[in-house]
Amino acid sequence: MITVVDLHKSFGDNHVLRGINDTIEQGEKVVVIGPSGGGKSTFLRCLNLLERPTSGQIIFDGEDITDPKCNINLVRRRMGMVFQNFNLFPHLTIRKNITLAPVKLGLMNREEADARCDELLKRVSLSQKAEAYPGSLSGGQKQRIAIVRSLAMNPDVMLFDEPTSSLDPEMVGEVLDVMRELALSGMTMVVVTHEMGFAREVGTRILFMDRGIILEQNTPKEFFANPKEERTKEFLSKVL
Amino acid sequence: MNIFSRIIEFFSGGFSRIVSVLFGRGRWMLIVNGLKVTLLLSFFSVIIGTVIGTVVALIKVAYVNRPKSKVLKALNTVATLYVNVVRGTPTVVQLLIMNFVVFASSSNMILIAVLTFGINSGAYVSEVMRAGINAVDYGQTEAGRSLGLSEYDTMKEIVLPQAIKNILPALGNEFITLIKETSIAGYIALQDLTKAGDLIRFATYEAFIPLITVALIYLVIVLGLTKLVSMLERRLAKSDNRR
Ligand SMILES: Nc1ncnc2c1ncn2[C@@H]1O[C@H](COP(=O)(O)OP(=O)(O)OP(=O)(O)O)[C@@H](O)[C@H]1O
Ligand SMILES: [Mg+2]
Repeated sequence: MITVVDLHKSFGDNHVLRGINDTIEQGEKVVVIGPSGGGKSTFLRCLNLLERPTSGQIIFDGEDITDPKCNINLVRRRMGMVFQNFNLFPHLTIRKNITLAPVKLGLMNREEADARCDELLKRVSLSQKAEAYPGSLSGGQKQRIAIVRSLAMNPDVMLFDEPTSSLDPEMVGEVLDVMRELALSGMTMVVVTHEMGFAREVGTRILFMDRGIILEQNTPKEFFANPKEERTKEFLSKVL
Repeated sequence: MNIFSRIIEFFSGGFSRIVSVLFGRGRWMLIVNGLKVTLLLSFFSVIIGTVIGTVVALIKVAYVNRPKSKVLKALNTVATLYVNVVRGTPTVVQLLIMNFVVFASSSNMILIAVLTFGINSGAYVSEVMRAGINAVDYGQTEAGRSLGLSEYDTMKEIVLPQAIKNILPALGNEFITLIKETSIAGYIALQDLTKAGDLIRFATYEAFIPLITVALIYLVIVLGLTKLVSMLERRLAKSDNRR
């Protein structure tokens, strides 16, 4: 579904991604872990071109999205993204947050979008918040809404960048529950996270990123039981 | 006679004097017509200033987001030059240049003044708007774009509505400044409010009454607008922590 070929990204002199190669298949739940500053976020953000790669290719459903001729807005409709800081739109109600893009882009009319919104809110048990503003929600609720906002576009793949890292500990569970349920529904997911329990349980493949490359990858079972690289062992000894 | 006794006179014994200075020989019409000119200049300058300021601010913001675009780079250079020139020269000089150099062949003073004040305030408005837009968290733009919204839609639906809260109060203050700034219109022989006061001073050999009257009229307008801006500010603040 997504093939990444020799992806490089530099910020000035800072060579952050140094040749990433990977293929993400439909239905996979790829969990990206690794030490801070290793390029996990940059990699994820390159996938939907929030960061422009310095070189390399990203092929999404047969289309090279790094080609300047590619209409990135059309690609992004099919790639949801969930941010660490939620980035809900504070001036809009929850309903408007969710329906803005599908209606604006002409994918649904108001009624269809509202119906989809109600259905999604029910799925994350936040129906009563439809007319509230983001300011009145807890962190966990905000992140569940952010997930739902992306889902309203009916994306083919969902990207998560540390979706629980800015949450109070007691709210992490409710967000992971929603992600777990999403995984079960068959969604293709790429998740950057420090939640090793989630990686082990939900992930179908773990990518260990360090200093701009995928140093090691494996199924969760193998990865956690038999890490091969020294850096991986060192990292796991710190986080487990 | 010192200033205090003049003030006392102004508010008490000099009533008949006030009437004769301001209303003799239809002089009050000078004030009324001057006020009309001042309001006219202010109103259209504000509109032109807002339009120019918005365009310039959007160019600058777009250029920061897409530094590689040649067109934006050129536009940004022009915009920066414009802002620097306007902010770096006195408004009176700008007005004189517009009247005697740029539009030397035109005798439509109102148009010349409106253009000058509009172009002038556009530079300040653009800075106010740029600051307001930049104050909106960049994550908002990223969230909008990640949903597939275009740069334009993201700006219009997500960034600008939030930026307005930062912009409006500062913009209100900018307009208040502009209204006072129009008092130099007399330099190109326009009879605005200030000029009207001065003409009455000239005709009556009485400076205190007409000039204080003019000052009071400006004060009332400015205070009214200030009140309006702070009401607006309060309303926006309320919607900020919407529950
Ligand atoms: N917009 C940017 N401009 C300049 N440098 C950046 C930018 N974004 C990231 N970097 C740099 O790229 C490197 C990798 O950052 P990245 O955020 O991808 O790491 P990460 O693995 O996600 O780390 P963390 O676990 O802390 O989130 C860091 O050195 C960071 O300073
Ligand atoms: Mg990161």
